[in-house]
Amino acid sequence: MLTIDKKYSKLESVLFDHYVANKNDLNSSCQPGVSDEREKAFNFFKETGLPVNKDEKWRNSLLPKHYGQSYTFDTSPVIYDKAAGEIFDCVIHGYSAHILPMLNGWYYSSSKESMQILEDGVIAGSILTAQKEYPELFEKHFGKIADFQKDGFTATNTALFRDGVFIYVPDNVIVKNAIQLLMMVNRDDRLLMNSRNLIILGKNSKLDFMHCDDSINHDSSFINTLTEIYLDENASLDLYKLQNINDETTLLNNTFIYQEKDSRSKVAVLTLNGGKIRNEIDVDLHGEGAESDLNGIYLMDKKQHVDNQVFVRHSVPNCYSNELFKGVLDDEASAIFNGHIYVAKDAQKTNAFQRNNNILMTPEASIDTMPFLEIYADDVKCSHGATVGQLDEDAMFYMMQRGISKQDARLLLMYAFASEVTSKISIDPLRISVEDMIKRRLRGELSICEKCVLHCSVPDKPIEFEIDMSKI
Amino acid sequence: MLLNIKDLHVSINGKEILKGFNLGVNKGEVHAIMGPNGTGKSTLAAAITGREGYEITQGEIEYKGKDIEDLSPDERANEGIFLSFQYPVEIPGVSMTNFMRTAINAQREYRGEESIPAGEFLKKMEEKKNLVDIHSKLTKRSVNEGFSGGEKKKNEIFQMAMLEPMLAILDETDSGLDIDALKVVARGVNALRSDENAFVIITHYQRLLDYIEPDFVHVMWDGRIVKSGGKRLALELEEKGYDWVKELY
Repeated sequence: MLTIDKKYSKLESVLFDHYVANKNDLNSSCQPGVSDEREKAFNFFKETGLPVNKDEKWRNSLLPKHYGQSYTFDTSPVIYDKAAGEIFDCVIHGYSAHILPMLNGWYYSSSKESMQILEDGVIAGSILTAQKEYPELFEKHFGKIADFQKDGFTATNTALFRDGVFIYVPDNVIVKNAIQLLMMVNRDDRLLMNSRNLIILGKNSKLDFMHCDDSINHDSSFINTLTEIYLDENASLDLYKLQNINDETTLLNNTFIYQEKDSRSKVAVLTLNGGKIRNEIDVDLHGEGAESDLNGIYLMDKKQHVDNQVFVRHSVPNCYSNELFKGVLDDEASAIFNGHIYVAKDAQKTNAFQRNNNILMTPEASIDTMPFLEIYADDVKCSHGATVGQLDEDAMFYMMQRGISKQDARLLLMYAFASEVTSKISIDPLRISVEDMIKRRLRGELSICEKCVLHCSVPDKPIEFEIDMSKI
Repeated sequence: MLLNIKDLHVSINGKEILKGFNLGVNKGEVHAIMGPNGTGKSTLAAAITGREGYEITQGEIEYKGKDIEDLSPDERANEGIFLSFQYPVEIPGVSMTNFMRTAINAQREYRGEESIPAGEFLKKMEEKKNLVDIHSKLTKRSVNEGFSGGEKKKNEIFQMAMLEPMLAILDETDSGLDIDALKVVARGVNALRSDENAFVIITHYQRLLDYIEPDFVHVMWDGRIVKSGGKRLALELEEKGYDWVKELY
């Protein structure tokens, strides 16, 4: 079926063939504008293919080494005879979020209600429905924040996406409870899915958004997710990415954030488990006074691989960005951190900071950390730092001398290491839940949860080394 | 005898530091070990507490009548051996409260006891904090993080008071302390002294012994004890200096 000479890998051929064979089907539910984007993105992919290790930002990525694998696609949603709440049994203990369920790349709604208007005119639901029902909002931002020419994966996501979520928060609306996107896969036939999300926050609005990627089974799948986020003036977004997928799954999670004047984004990437995960966060601080606080924790073991690619563009003066990514790598796990800060020529008075700290538990674990500052303005404050180390032996002995076992001392130190990131989570029930999960993860009790990542919010036995003074 | 060290030889990286060290400590006694820098005082503390890298090549450490060579540092701690560190370690992210509770519960578990109830724990914290003049703010902070030199040493004594050891080793607890902090530390130790426990106080100077009265004073030189005596020995040392000891050797 291939019509041009380029030598494609198996994965590239699969993506190529799928588009050619399903073009009409893909476009049948889309507005003409989207179809045009798909075609352009596909043509770009046709020329460039998928990224390879020679590409600067893919240098040590393990993903290209697995392009020889084949995957299947899902061309129509399966609706179970169950309410979403029964399938997505994921709650944060003591907290009620508005849940947007996605199953195998499709927005899941048994009641056919693929779009809801929540309190204060907040719109949340399927992106497919949104492009039909809210064409103006949709067209204003879709494809404008993420550039499909970034690489073959953003291109194929644009060309092949089936569904995803759409959220619109009107001007001046403070959304009380978080909106939680639950991405699940329950297929056992090597599903490859492309999902696409668009989140728009109006002026002076505020939203807490959780993006959970989770596995229900232990089967292999490939998830390519792309999220575009637009923050209008003085809007504020807290974005939590919770990743707890199985060891066989590859997850590509691309997030593009475009920020107007005085807007704020706070991102926490919490990677607890997964075969191969690549998180790309691309923030464009485009209005003066915009701020972005980007944090991440990754806890990997076995042969797991995680790659955090963070790009912050300071386009205008007087913006602030801060990055803090920390990781614990055990066994033969490998990680990459690439923090790229770009300060445009006239973006004076920029404050941009970056730090990446890692603990390697074994000689076989590896981290490749690459801070990259590209600064074209002269009146800026920028810093970066990276550390790679083992657990502090002096601290270990100090704790053991007080009677704490070696294992518990290790756990306490690792947990303390992670807490610098988790303590920044401002939704208390979520923070407690994440901290519990991290403890369980560090104890080896949490590989993948049976259901949602947040299933672990109520631990079946109390965590010994925690005492909350405020609750006594 | 609570602690009986017999002909102890300890090496670090193949270099012998302790060269035939002998010491017997009974319950209810306070022993001071003095000596110039580099004579093996801290090595002794490390060997008793089981620090990795300190190899016993000859002799033994008997505690409660048993050789403790095979016990891990945490087991020794749970058997009642406590070390007040010369350089207390900062542990960012671990609050003092969590740390203490974990330690106490580890000790209780070792003895086959239930975990300490929250109320009882907090009451004990309050009581012991007062003993060593520790501000409440400190126990809410991470272990030793941002503590001044004096606060770190007081914190060691606070932990000792919380854990109620049978054998407490104070390694240069007086170094870097001003006179007020020194008095507080001494008050803590004196309050904990009983017929059921013992103290080994490692110090360079006689100063601390003005406030904690030892039953025995030992002078170390080149990896062993070269002279033992009563509390007057400390004064004599202060007067004559350590050169006098070298002559004894």
